[in-house]
Amino acid sequence: MAIPKAQRWLLVALVLSGAASAVSGSIDPYFLDVVMGVGVGVVLASSLNLINGFTGQFSLGHAGFMAVGAYTSAMLSTVVAPRMGWGAGALQWVFFPASLVAGGLVAALAGLAVGAPSLRLKGDYLAIVTLGFGEIIRVVLQNVDAVGGARGLTGVPTHTNLLWTFGTASLTVYTVWALLESTRGRGFLAVADDEVAAEAMGLDTTRYKITAFGIGSFFAGVAGGLYAHLKGYLNPGGFSFEKSIEIVVMVILGGMGRHAGVVFAAILLTLLPEGLRELGSRSIPNPFGGPAWSLDWIKDARMILYSLLLILLMLLRPEGLFHRRQPRRPSS
Amino acid sequence: MLEVQNLSVRYGAITALHGISLSVPADGIVTLIGGNGAGKTTTLRAISGMVRPASGRIVFDGRDITGLPPHEIVRLGLAHSPEGRLVFANLTVMENLRMGAYLQRDARWIASELEHVFSMFPRLKERLAQPAGTLSGGEQQMLAIGRALMSRPRFLMLDEPSLGIAPLLVKEIFARLVELNRERSLPILLVEQNAHLALEVSTHGYVLETGRVLLSDRSEVLRDSPQVRGAYLGG
Repeated sequence: MAIPKAQRWLLVALVLSGAASAVSGSIDPYFLDVVMGVGVGVVLASSLNLINGFTGQFSLGHAGFMAVGAYTSAMLSTVVAPRMGWGAGALQWVFFPASLVAGGLVAALAGLAVGAPSLRLKGDYLAIVTLGFGEIIRVVLQNVDAVGGARGLTGVPTHTNLLWTFGTASLTVYTVWALLESTRGRGFLAVADDEVAAEAMGLDTTRYKITAFGIGSFFAGVAGGLYAHLKGYLNPGGFSFEKSIEIVVMVILGGMGRHAGVVFAAILLTLLPEGLRELGSRSIPNPFGGPAWSLDWIKDARMILYSLLLILLMLLRPEGLFHRRQPRRPSS
Repeated sequence: MLEVQNLSVRYGAITALHGISLSVPADGIVTLIGGNGAGKTTTLRAISGMVRPASGRIVFDGRDITGLPPHEIVRLGLAHSPEGRLVFANLTVMENLRMGAYLQRDARWIASELEHVFSMFPRLKERLAQPAGTLSGGEQQMLAIGRALMSRPRFLMLDEPSLGIAPLLVKEIFARLVELNRERSLPILLVEQNAHLALEVSTHGYVLETGRVLLSDRSEVLRDSPQVRGAYLGG
């Protein structure tokens, strides 16, 4: 049977995350930060993959839901936990995951609030609504003093470690996978393939879309919580439209609705800017003697290179890196 | 079995159906013919709940289903195979058929329906693991019909099953539909542009034009009607 095998994989991933976490003290902090960023990226990309990839909707507001989760769990850690004395010692091990789940739930509620009225919209219209939502969240956060306003929210305890990031990443990938493999799971793909036909088969297409949206937003919120407790500092500017686009790019590059492809793209796109930064600090020995050639220009051109690489990848593999299924027929 | 009374449908400012009435008896094959934009597809979409009628009543098996959402109408046993062979191109043939039995959980029941579909269209059995998007046009139409049958409907609506399909396959598909109607006493409401074929297999016909019923009669009468011959049967 396939399912117990998948659960075994999940277990292995969780144990590995725990083991890695136990030895994380001896890992270079900068490297650790990058690696945990990768984990957060995987959560974001996999959850958006459920909405944009498998269910065929086009959400541009994932950073907004991430922000809702990030601020919710960060406020719980900075305001509620110290007052109740939950922030330290063993209780932290209970309170932190609880705050992540709380952030996820609030994000899911926001997702349902946005999704329920707007998921009857299709394609571009849904993209515009979710884009608007993401911007509203950002502007509100920027102007509410209680969460730091434009100055940002500081002093968030850095509870996030390898166990939490990769534990959550594994759980997200597993949940999305299990949902798709469940008895009713093909319904998500059917909605993406052809909504009219899905409706004619007796599928409640709106319910499928809302389910995908709710679960996707939940994990975006959890990713936000992880991010908040990773950086220790939140700034509304970090949850801008560009962040949403970045996640959409991961999903498209991974091949819309490929589990492994999207995970791979999330890893690649999180590492790439860091790798280019690293490369920029090196230099190549000059074969003609004289001073070594500095690669400093890469530092400045980092984002240009990043964009060029994306353009190249999309030109060479428009169906995504890992796409195996038949390319969609052009719709008549 | 199905009664449509005075049905009107509007798309924004445009009125697609101006109060049409039709009825499908429990053992009949009824066809709607007419040119482009006559309102044939809109009629089916209104019956299956995909568009909301502006006025009028739709009664299925003694129950008023006007304005019910599509998934509840399917649950009542009314299956709709939409226009343009809308198969799920990225799902396999098997997955498509299983989607048809979406509302059914009993595995034995699904297996027996699968057998029935395979006996009707043996080609589908050869292509089970193939993504539906890679099938030929005729095979996709067979799949769309088979998928509609997987819910073991009490009433079948087909939209343009002959569109863009090789003539030989069209013949085969229509022969199967007639068998289905006889052997399972399944009433069928058929929308067709190929009026000749449609009037051959059906018991009753309605001729629609710009959202109104122009003529309705027994199919053999329509076949001989000079009006129909002139407009739809090529003289």
